[in-house]
Amino acid sequence: MYFGQQPGLKIMPVLEIKNLHAKVTGTDKQILKGVNLTMGKGEIHAIMGKNGSGKSTLCQVIAGRETYEVTDGDILFNGQSIMEMSAEERAREGVFLAFQYPVEIPGVSTSYFLKAAVNAIRKHRGETELDAVQFIKLVKEKQKMLGIQESFMNRAVNEGFSGGEKKRNEVFQLAVVNPLLGLLDETDSGLDIDALKIVAEGINKLHKQDGQRSWLVVTHYQRLLNYIVPDVVHVMIDGRIVKTGDKTLALLLEEKGYDGVGLPALVGV
Amino acid sequence: MSQTLDPASVEPVSVPADDIFRPHAMTHTPAWLSTLQDQAKQTMARNGVMTGKEEHWRFTQLQPILRTQFKPAEAEYASDLFDQYTFGSDAGVEIVFVNGVYSPDLSRLDDTIDGLTVTRISKAGASTVHGARVQQTLGTLIDLNLHSFAADNTAHFSDGIYIHIRASAVIEQPVHVLNITIGHDQPTVAHTRLLVIADDNSQCTLVESYVGSGARSLCNAVTEIVCGQHVHIDHCKLQQESKASFHIGNMQVKIGQGTEFVSHAVTIGARISRNDLGVQLAGRGAYATLNGLVLIGDVQHADNHTILHHAAPDCPSHELYKHVLSDKSSAVFKGQILVDRIAQKTNAKQSSKSLLMSDTANMNSMPALEIYADDVKCTHGSTIGPIDEDLVFYLRSRGIDADAARHLLTYAFAADVTRRIKVAPVRRRIEDIMAGEHGLPQDLRINDLGAFDDAVIR
Repeated sequence: MYFGQQPGLKIMPVLEIKNLHAKVTGTDKQILKGVNLTMGKGEIHAIMGKNGSGKSTLCQVIAGRETYEVTDGDILFNGQSIMEMSAEERAREGVFLAFQYPVEIPGVSTSYFLKAAVNAIRKHRGETELDAVQFIKLVKEKQKMLGIQESFMNRAVNEGFSGGEKKRNEVFQLAVVNPLLGLLDETDSGLDIDALKIVAEGINKLHKQDGQRSWLVVTHYQRLLNYIVPDVVHVMIDGRIVKTGDKTLALLLEEKGYDGVGLPALVGV
Repeated sequence: MSQTLDPASVEPVSVPADDIFRPHAMTHTPAWLSTLQDQAKQTMARNGVMTGKEEHWRFTQLQPILRTQFKPAEAEYASDLFDQYTFGSDAGVEIVFVNGVYSPDLSRLDDTIDGLTVTRISKAGASTVHGARVQQTLGTLIDLNLHSFAADNTAHFSDGIYIHIRASAVIEQPVHVLNITIGHDQPTVAHTRLLVIADDNSQCTLVESYVGSGARSLCNAVTEIVCGQHVHIDHCKLQQESKASFHIGNMQVKIGQGTEFVSHAVTIGARISRNDLGVQLAGRGAYATLNGLVLIGDVQHADNHTILHHAAPDCPSHELYKHVLSDKSSAVFKGQILVDRIAQKTNAKQSSKSLLMSDTANMNSMPALEIYADDVKCTHGSTIGPIDEDLVFYLRSRGIDADAARHLLTYAFAADVTRRIKVAPVRRRIEDIMAGEHGLPQDLRINDLGAFDDAVIR
């Protein structure tokens, strides 16, 4: 049994991270120093931690970024190790990383890009690819669901977007792709209160649609967790998860800071 | 539709059949043209043989061209290549040169297009309507002392083509000049020549495409374009000759007040290619846009030298050249902006961007600003680098595989230029080439180009 699992209820873990060590490829710079984390299907986990503690690296390593080299440990997704899978294979299996800093891709329209992505995933699952009409229908449906007014579709991916627009576009893409595991890497940073609400409500809607989606939410601020209420909160310091608790841990952190929550003595060793 | 007034300017379709196989030189060169050609020969003699060490050839190895003994190319049948590269009904008029010699047999002229005159330069020079202007204009836009290959062209070109667009005429369909060069075991040189005069308030889209097959031929092309006031010319040059051939192109343009001139220069073929493109903004508010795309691989080398000469006030100019270099290919971009003292309020933006697809590809980018006015805005920028792996990862994280992601990004990089090309067959052909040679999967090709704003340079 792991923290967050309700007694007597058997939940299949969607993500199991075991003793994960990772460094920057080609250097000796060790960033993850033994991360252990288990998430059940349909759960929302939050990871909080100071700058440079390894939260974003963890997200990128789960998504398959090759700039990081895993030196030890394992990541299981739906019970299967994904360590040998490329980033695109992980995406097709159902992992989605909402980037902290979404990149701009001039010359590629969002509609083109997203249709290619959706169809790559559908093809992988043995589903028929969507044609233009079916794709637009899907897009409209998700726009409506998220309450996103603006149309990103005919604009080049993120090109000239404001910080808020980029983050909304990430959540919009997330909704269209509809992954099993959403990694939200500081999706709240750079958002004003109104935009934060829209984004958070969107994720809640995706979460509630069938109870099958799981979310790993990386954030600095408790504020987001008022809207996306986590089942489990982890505190990450220096490449390890040093404390795990329920949503009250986030409130405690907000109030007392990282030094005030009685973190284990091994921190920083 | 009114017929053009000058009977001599209408190209007779009834060219004698044997005329198709005319020898390289014109059988009856008019005196004025002989004079021009003799002057060019004298210039060449005076300047001596090129060494390839001249400053403006610094990054281009000319030796393979200079060491080759070329004999003049002769006219021949080229119906296979014509069938492959004709624009068909996408062009209003199609003018075909084979080995530098005008081919009336393959050309399709249309004398019902109001305001458009297409005729041979020798004939135009004798015309009552065009004669004086043709004689006074031909060869005046190019300094033959600086451009040795253009001097060679002027001295040796067979009959070229003169295109005239009458004042206020709007030519809807593109005018396509198709230059076919066929190489043989014995190296040959073809000199193609084009003179375009567009009068006030006229509009025209002009495409020059250069195609070919075979080995070690040299296509030495010269184009001169003179525009009056408030003219709109969209010019496209697509060079996709044989990868064993050489291509030297020189285009000089002079535009008047309020005229907008847009150039798209696309280099895909030739073992060694060089384009000299000069635009003189000679009237207030003239606007020039120079876009370029170089897509090469193997051991190809492409050199683009451009000069934007701001000779009048209040003129904006935009320049964007993009290079995609694979394998051991190399490219040169030199963008010169010359602002005369009189050309106040000049607003010139220049940008050169290069994508190196391998560690062995090589790019030389050189901006050169020469400014004599004091109230001007001139910016230039140059980037050279591999594909941004952050972008590749972003696409991969959405399920698109690595190769497709790289191809898509290459395609998008080029699309910055290609999407601004309004002539559909040209755009299609570039897409075909990218899809074929860069392994782009068919289902990743961007077709909805119209969805983008026609943005200016970023």
